[in-house]
Amino acid sequence: MAVNVKSKVPTTKEDFKSDQVVKWCAGCGDFAILSAIQSALVESGVRKEDAVFVSGIGCSSRFPYYMNTYGFHGLHGRGAAIASGIKVANPKLDVWHITGDGDSMAIGGNHFIHLVRRNIDMNVIIFNNKIYGLTKGQYSPTTPRGSITKTSPDGTIENPFKPGELTMGSQGTFFARVVDTEPKRMKEVFLEASRHRGTSVVEVLQNCVIFNNRIHSAITGKDVRDDHQIHLEHGKPMIFGKQKDKGLVLRNSRLEVVTIGENGITEKDLLVHDVHNPDDTTHYMLVRMTLPEYPVATGVIRSCEQFATYEAELEAQIANARHKSSMKSLQDLIEKNAFTVGE
Amino acid sequence: MTKKPNRVIEVDAVVVKFAGDSGDGMQLSGSQFSDTTAFAGNDLATFPDYPSEIRAPQGTIAGVSGFQLHIGHKEIDTPGDLADVLVALNPAALKANMKWVKPGATIIIDIDNFDNKSYKKAGFIEDPIGDGTLDGYNVVKAPITQLSKTTVKDLGIDPKSAERTKNQFALGILYWLFNKDLKYGNEFIDKKFGGKKPLLAEANKRVLLAGYNYAETVEALRTTYQINPIKNRSGKFRNITGNTATAWGLVAAAERAGLDLFLGSYPITPASEILQELSGMKQFGVKTFQAEDEIAGINSAIGASFAGDFAVTSTSGPGLALKGEAIGLAVITELPLVIVNVQRGGPATGLPTKPEQADLMQALYGRNGESPCVVIAASTPANCFRYAYMAGKIALEHMTPVILLTDGYLANGSELWNIPDISKMPSIEPPLVKDNSDYEPYRRNPETLARYWALPGQAGLRHRVGGLEKEDITGVVSHNPANHEKMVYLREEKVQRVANVIPDLKVSGKDHGELLVVGWGGTYGALISAVKDLQEKGKDVSLAQFNYIKPLPKNTAEVFSRFKKIIVCEINMGQFANYLRMCHPEFRYEQYNKIQGLPFMIAELKEKFNQMLEEN
Repeated sequence: MAVNVKSKVPTTKEDFKSDQVVKWCAGCGDFAILSAIQSALVESGVRKEDAVFVSGIGCSSRFPYYMNTYGFHGLHGRGAAIASGIKVANPKLDVWHITGDGDSMAIGGNHFIHLVRRNIDMNVIIFNNKIYGLTKGQYSPTTPRGSITKTSPDGTIENPFKPGELTMGSQGTFFARVVDTEPKRMKEVFLEASRHRGTSVVEVLQNCVIFNNRIHSAITGKDVRDDHQIHLEHGKPMIFGKQKDKGLVLRNSRLEVVTIGENGITEKDLLVHDVHNPDDTTHYMLVRMTLPEYPVATGVIRSCEQFATYEAELEAQIANARHKSSMKSLQDLIEKNAFTVGE
Repeated sequence: MTKKPNRVIEVDAVVVKFAGDSGDGMQLSGSQFSDTTAFAGNDLATFPDYPSEIRAPQGTIAGVSGFQLHIGHKEIDTPGDLADVLVALNPAALKANMKWVKPGATIIIDIDNFDNKSYKKAGFIEDPIGDGTLDGYNVVKAPITQLSKTTVKDLGIDPKSAERTKNQFALGILYWLFNKDLKYGNEFIDKKFGGKKPLLAEANKRVLLAGYNYAETVEALRTTYQINPIKNRSGKFRNITGNTATAWGLVAAAERAGLDLFLGSYPITPASEILQELSGMKQFGVKTFQAEDEIAGINSAIGASFAGDFAVTSTSGPGLALKGEAIGLAVITELPLVIVNVQRGGPATGLPTKPEQADLMQALYGRNGESPCVVIAASTPANCFRYAYMAGKIALEHMTPVILLTDGYLANGSELWNIPDISKMPSIEPPLVKDNSDYEPYRRNPETLARYWALPGQAGLRHRVGGLEKEDITGVVSHNPANHEKMVYLREEKVQRVANVIPDLKVSGKDHGELLVVGWGGTYGALISAVKDLQEKGKDVSLAQFNYIKPLPKNTAEVFSRFKKIIVCEINMGQFANYLRMCHPEFRYEQYNKIQGLPFMIAELKEKFNQMLEEN
């Protein structure tokens, strides 16, 4: 998301906080995300009157009330469509679409894929806690197969979506994944998303302390995170592990975890992350990695501005039509091919 | 061409129907002849009648495409009940339209298509030409296909294109029959094929002339008809369909409000032409967003409205059902929004290409919660322009969703439109807020109760709206019981106050008396024709046609009180009648309903009204 106007007076994080009492449960991962987005906005330099936060329904979707910007708390699943209309109507606005795994992957799944396909310039932040929180504990489209929830007492019999797969399948131009326990990285990723021209999708692995506590702990836990996460950085080899001794290589068209120093593997053999690669094959493999075979990929996985944004194309078509047309107003059009009677 | 026919009869009005296979160019022929009669100064109304299949099997009843045209020396209000002249290019076209022609009508058939195989395919048991089916009609059996092909033989065009000129041959016969100048036909052809296909233009023009010359020599056409130009009419005119008029009315409203038009929409019959027309109007800053579904169509429009565009969504009945939740969002966020619903037969997919008025209750009440909208209805193809404009004006000035009802009959039908001076239409002044740090999102204009519209991008006006109930004035989320009740009444009262700015209900005919015919929306043409006919015969009957439905015009009860009997006529089971029973229970409402996917016939209406006048 390109920044339009830099503010003259430096904005602080406080400027982005609204006067509303934040009503999430104590210990909810959402607090950290709110704070990280406010920090990212300060760094991006956007004026608070140019920012619009749009949401659907769910715990995450209360977000706009807590931001001292413009905000629209929409309908369940429809945030993406509302945000699209806002951005197309006024491309100068910095639009953020806040959503959850139910809001964006179930009831709003159709709007999500079409938003990504159109590549409208906005930031989509998916709070993925793999459960329905606001309706109190039913399974969601990202809930792992076999999970026991209020509506799956015998375990779910559905395969879960991965937001990254849907993003790639919709020819997404930006996808990142972060965990809610790492505020600094979150802020960095949000800033990257905000700078990307096009639809930037960020999946936040967020903890629901009430209905799905510790759902991501195998990825985020202090003792395991270095071995179970690979934090990707553009231009750097894909290394992870407590001892920085593990890495990813491509073998027989699939990713493989290797140990540096074993079987003659050196750092040079590892894949080097290229976020800008128009070919998304590797990005797709990276978003699909799951425990226990692979570490879970975090950081910016894809950021490639190979397509113009929807609203830029539309504005260009409008400018072109205006330039080519000899008609100054609708009156000229309606009088074309008219005939006069009785004079 | 200069040779005079034996006899020319002056007539007031005539109904012509073109029918052939879909793909035979029937819609094009209809448009060409409409334009010609319009240029000749006749009044007119048209209605295309085509199957929902794009190209149903050739030669079958299902594949028949028709176009009906009513032209007159006097004011024309409907495309006409029954045809005076039927052009039937194949047996199926004849079979499908026999019941819609007047006794003694002229029927022009393409004899080249009336072989054994074809009439059986059309469902005739015997050859209709020989078995007496056509007895009593003035039948012109013309070898249309053969003569058309011969006429263009030396032009060297491909056989398929050569055969497709046959609609011009049939048209040529009509130009002769109604004494119309071929000049307009030639101009239409030139415009259609333009400089890009000069050979096809030449072929079509030659065949048009050939048809004209052929008619001159045929005994059955020794009598021709003259429909003189309509008198007491002046100004600029053009022929226009309801959907085009709707699209243009919306653009006019945006222009006068000083806003960009945003249309979020999903294609659906019979509303798609609105989206198509607007997608080609970028020179006026129009943005069209072809959404992934009906729901995204309206939600994107709500977003655009929040950001400051004049936002519209267009659909037909099934789409209105899908948009229900989002209309509620526009109600509670109090954002301006126009929802155009081009009604069609329902429920579910129903009759996609046929008109019906059965979405009225859906428009009024088809949402969760107390969710009032303004509901208005256009009543002729041309006045779709005015009511689309007024829908925009009311939405933008009163900060409310407005549902504009038209129907498939208005949408695809056309009539002459007296082109207005847009700069003289009522001004549109949305309650936009300039920078103002005291802004509170739900503070209202004391007169209209409209809240003020603060657009993102302005300092000092930051606020948040949404689907949760908001506190009066501050707009903070509130679950307070008393506040909710207050807001519910405020939203309803805001809509009711629109009655202060809409015109009074007008009565066509005497403003008091025996029988008041009540209609709304697209039935106007048939109702006014029937009522006028009876008035001319001295009958005590008047018409009140409603365009403003919620709120009703303020003088509604007063008008009703001056008549002994009221009959409410609708293309549904009685939705408006029931609405009136609720709003004005003090009157007794008779009903006349028809739900066949067809418009009212003037004859059936007159019969019903006469019967009511004769009772007691």
